[in-house]
Amino acid sequence: MIELENVAYSYGGGELLSDISLELQPGSFHFLTGPSGAGKTTFLKLCYGALTPTSGQVRLFGQDRRAMERDDIAAARRRIGVVHQDCQFLDHMSVADNIALPLMVSGRDLLAEAANLKELTQWVGLKERANARPPELSGGERQRAALARAVIMSPDVVLADEPTGNVDWEMSQRLLRLLIELNRMGKTIMIATHDLGLIRAAKSHVQARVLRIASRRLHLAGADL
Amino acid sequence: MRPDLKALTDLIVGDTQADRVVPPTGFTASLTVFAAGAMAFLAVFALALSLATGRLADRWGEELAKSSTIRISAPEGQLAAQTAAALRVLETTEGVASARALDPEEQQALLEPWFGPDLPVDALPIPQLIEVIEEGGGFDPQGLRLRLAAEVPGAVLDDHTRWRRPLVEAASRLRLLGWMSLILIGATTAVMITLAANAALTANGQVIRVLRLVGARDAFIARAFVRRFTLRALTGAAGGMVLGAIAILLLPSEQVAGGFLTGLGFQGWHWIWPLTIPPLAAGVAFWATRMAAWKMLKDLP
Repeated sequence: MIELENVAYSYGGGELLSDISLELQPGSFHFLTGPSGAGKTTFLKLCYGALTPTSGQVRLFGQDRRAMERDDIAAARRRIGVVHQDCQFLDHMSVADNIALPLMVSGRDLLAEAANLKELTQWVGLKERANARPPELSGGERQRAALARAVIMSPDVVLADEPTGNVDWEMSQRLLRLLIELNRMGKTIMIATHDLGLIRAAKSHVQARVLRIASRRLHLAGADL
Repeated sequence: MRPDLKALTDLIVGDTQADRVVPPTGFTASLTVFAAGAMAFLAVFALALSLATGRLADRWGEELAKSSTIRISAPEGQLAAQTAAALRVLETTEGVASARALDPEEQQALLEPWFGPDLPVDALPIPQLIEVIEEGGGFDPQGLRLRLAAEVPGAVLDDHTRWRRPLVEAASRLRLLGWMSLILIGATTAVMITLAANAALTANGQVIRVLRLVGARDAFIARAFVRRFTLRALTGAAGGMVLGAIAILLLPSEQVAGGFLTGLGFQGWHWIWPLTIPPLAAGVAFWATRMAAWKMLKDLP
């Protein structure tokens, strides 16, 4: 699905990540943790093809990232749902339109997808807020809308970068439950977070692999979490 | 289907989904509309100038090329004989359709603007003028001059070459300047729209990043911007063209006394030409925005 083999990534003369190897298996659940600035976001960007490794190889659905055409990368991103900490919405469009954005860019008929869109909006608890603009949403609502957008194309993988960074404990649990539910549907999930409480809360519901980035390298953690 | 042709088809057919992803307003919107409108307005004038000078060059060239004048200066007793001799020479000259000696009233009319209506033409030693109308490819002026020199010593042939050529040349240059202005206006429009498109693309960097994030292909993103800018340029140019055409209509109509300056408007089917300006401006905008969008997208990860 997504494979990283001896990957290193440097920026501005300094090496941010080094000798990273990982394979995301279908249906697996991963937490990626580490201190702020450790390289979690960079790691996720490598996973969805936004960055090209300095050395080593990243394979997205069997294709070498370096050999992929721009349209191939775009096609791969439709199979990878991404939830950003800052959500990244188009503020001139409604919440429903933002959630439907991946459908729009892939040329799907929105009328035919209307029922799915409604169901998804309901699933994330934003049915009443569908016509609002993103700036009108609270932090938790924004995160749920971003999650809905990430999964509307029914992707194989969902990558979430600090999805609970701006929300209270109750909302973070709600988001976690949604992600666990997606995993039970067979989706591969990777959540980058520095919130250890979230990881502990998840462990009773899902078999998760906990990875930690420290000193530019990826380590398997978990036993102590 | 070739990519360019596909892009053009998408532009005409439209893509409501692509149209929605670009914010509908922004300073670049009014900038593009204004630039296209102003350029179209100027283009109407440049076009009118080119067509008017073209007409003038053709008319001057055509009218003057068809007629010549022979001036006979001779002692009083020989004037009639030399005039008759010149007419005989002209009768047998190839390329001459007709020739006739101007009567005193016509000669007086020619001199009237300078000497007034009371000039006693009969009492003055005024040369006799013969008007020569040419046919086909015209006569050989050198050959005719040699024959006149031999048979009519007081005759001087003026085939108008001396003053016709600079006039036609001036009109042709003006026409060329008009067309060059049109090309410059087109190029300036392209530059302005490219700058506006670049500004819009930069201002909408976040939109582009989000679109890339959710899996939009470059063609989809480019199409959204290209269509928006093309329609803006079309709208602006249509407005500018209408205003330009109204301004041309308000110019004084063509009058003999007004000469060139009153003949600047469009005539007959030439009114179709301004209608080509908005589609051309849209074409320029389509091409310029497409180039700018693809260049910018290529640099994004």
